[in-house]
Amino acid sequence: MLEVKNVSKSYRSNTVLTDVSFHLEQGECLGLIGESGSGKSTIAKLILALDRSDSGQIIVNNVDFSQLKGRELRKARRHVQVVFQDPSASLNPKLPVWKSVIEPLENYPEASPSFLKEVRNEKRKMAEILFEKAGLQSGLLDRYPHQLSGGQRQRVAIARGISLQPNLLIFDEPTSNLDVSIQAQILNLLKDLKSEINMSYLFISHDIATVQYISERIAVLKEGRLVDLFKTKDLFSADRHPYTKELIDAALE
Amino acid sequence: MKISFALQKNPFALQWHLKSSRPMTLWGIFLLTIIILMTIIGPFLVPNDPLSANMAERLASPSLTYPFGTDHMGRCIFSRLVNGSRATLGITALVIITVLLIGIPIGLLSGYIGGRFDSFMMRIADGLIALPEFILAIAIAGFLGPSLMNLMISVVLVKWVSYTRIVRGIVLSEREKEYVLAAKVGGCPTWKIIARHLLPQIISPVFVLAALDVGKVILIISSLSYLGLGAQPPAPEWGAMLNDGRAYFQTVPELMVYPGMAIFLVVLSCNLIGEGLRDKLDVKSS
Repeated sequence: MLEVKNVSKSYRSNTVLTDVSFHLEQGECLGLIGESGSGKSTIAKLILALDRSDSGQIIVNNVDFSQLKGRELRKARRHVQVVFQDPSASLNPKLPVWKSVIEPLENYPEASPSFLKEVRNEKRKMAEILFEKAGLQSGLLDRYPHQLSGGQRQRVAIARGISLQPNLLIFDEPTSNLDVSIQAQILNLLKDLKSEINMSYLFISHDIATVQYISERIAVLKEGRLVDLFKTKDLFSADRHPYTKELIDAALE
Repeated sequence: MKISFALQKNPFALQWHLKSSRPMTLWGIFLLTIIILMTIIGPFLVPNDPLSANMAERLASPSLTYPFGTDHMGRCIFSRLVNGSRATLGITALVIITVLLIGIPIGLLSGYIGGRFDSFMMRIADGLIALPEFILAIAIAGFLGPSLMNLMISVVLVKWVSYTRIVRGIVLSEREKEYVLAAKVGGCPTWKIIARHLLPQIISPVFVLAALDVGKVILIISSLSYLGLGAQPPAPEWGAMLNDGRAYFQTVPELMVYPGMAIFLVVLSCNLIGEGLRDKLDVKSS
């Protein structure tokens, strides 16, 4: 359902991505790892159409995202949602969190996620259900982001991410700002949600253990090039790219 | 801390926590409250008609009939001061509101949309900022001709720039933040991102700037009126009253002292409040 074809991107003279191609099946989770500066977040931005690639195609549900503009782009956007790294930055500090969560639903009244069918047009109820899905108590609905813990904030961001029941949910290092114990809870939540709501994940991280836990396939990015792409069960096989082996060794140390 | 909470809850309802304010800020609030009350109800209570001249009683000393004495036309100075506060403060309020209504939207659009609109607006802004605002205001008011309306136009024209620039600056830094990107991904149209996500972020800094600007605007208005570019005789206005008293400064200095004191007190109270507000809101930005 997602097809990234020969995408390149540079900022001024600085090449960030070179000829990156991969695809993602419906219901699959693809992990994307690489060190900082390898272009992981740029890929996320390009797929989210927050930025334009210099060349190549990004096809979501047979529609080339990189060609869309204005109203059509806005329409298509609801199929691809995102959870950012830092939940204290990704929620508007001046809005109660439940309003942030249902904002996408306000913007796309035509979207009708299966799990919200029964409470359509009742914003508060929809927020309650989304909170429940993300493992948050409904008592937190009226809080502001600064009144929540980091883990709770990230759950709020996840609740917003699933609110439209997107085909593809992109996670840009969703656990790297959290405590280790909370990371595990969040990862389990993501696993449960994926099977429950039938979404595909693109999971970006620099932590190979996290990616190994949640993904079915792993893509390795180095200096803007895709150097390795394999099934998670083949992570330790001998024919891995030397850079992948380096990452594994670094993680084991 | 308290105020930052209040602001976060509702950026438009600025809750002033009197207990935690500095004493000087409280004095400013106290003074300005009295002045505003005087502006609103004073004109109904003054002892004399501010416009009626009585040449027999010209330059009289303070008495029961004329609490502050009379000016060179025999008009009651006290009544003129009280009525004049309407002109001075009313124009100031109108100028500030107009400046906000022009400066904020241009700043928001300039910062968020960018491109040619932004370049165009910023070149105008650069041009305006390159000139001293007071001299520019004199030039514009002089060009348009002396009247209260033209005075207001000239002050608005020199003042909107600083608001546009501060708003644009904030928008430029906020628009790259993840909550704005998330709103965009969540399907917010541009107007909604601006109105719902960016506007609340600029309210408090703009509020502080406006509070600190009130004093300056009063000074510019009074100065231009003093130069004869604002309120026209016989209408009472503090700057114009200063000008009236100028000829008699050697013999009856009170003619200039009273309006001067009035301007001084208003500017002082506005600046005290503005500074208190700035200190409060800085807590929030950390």
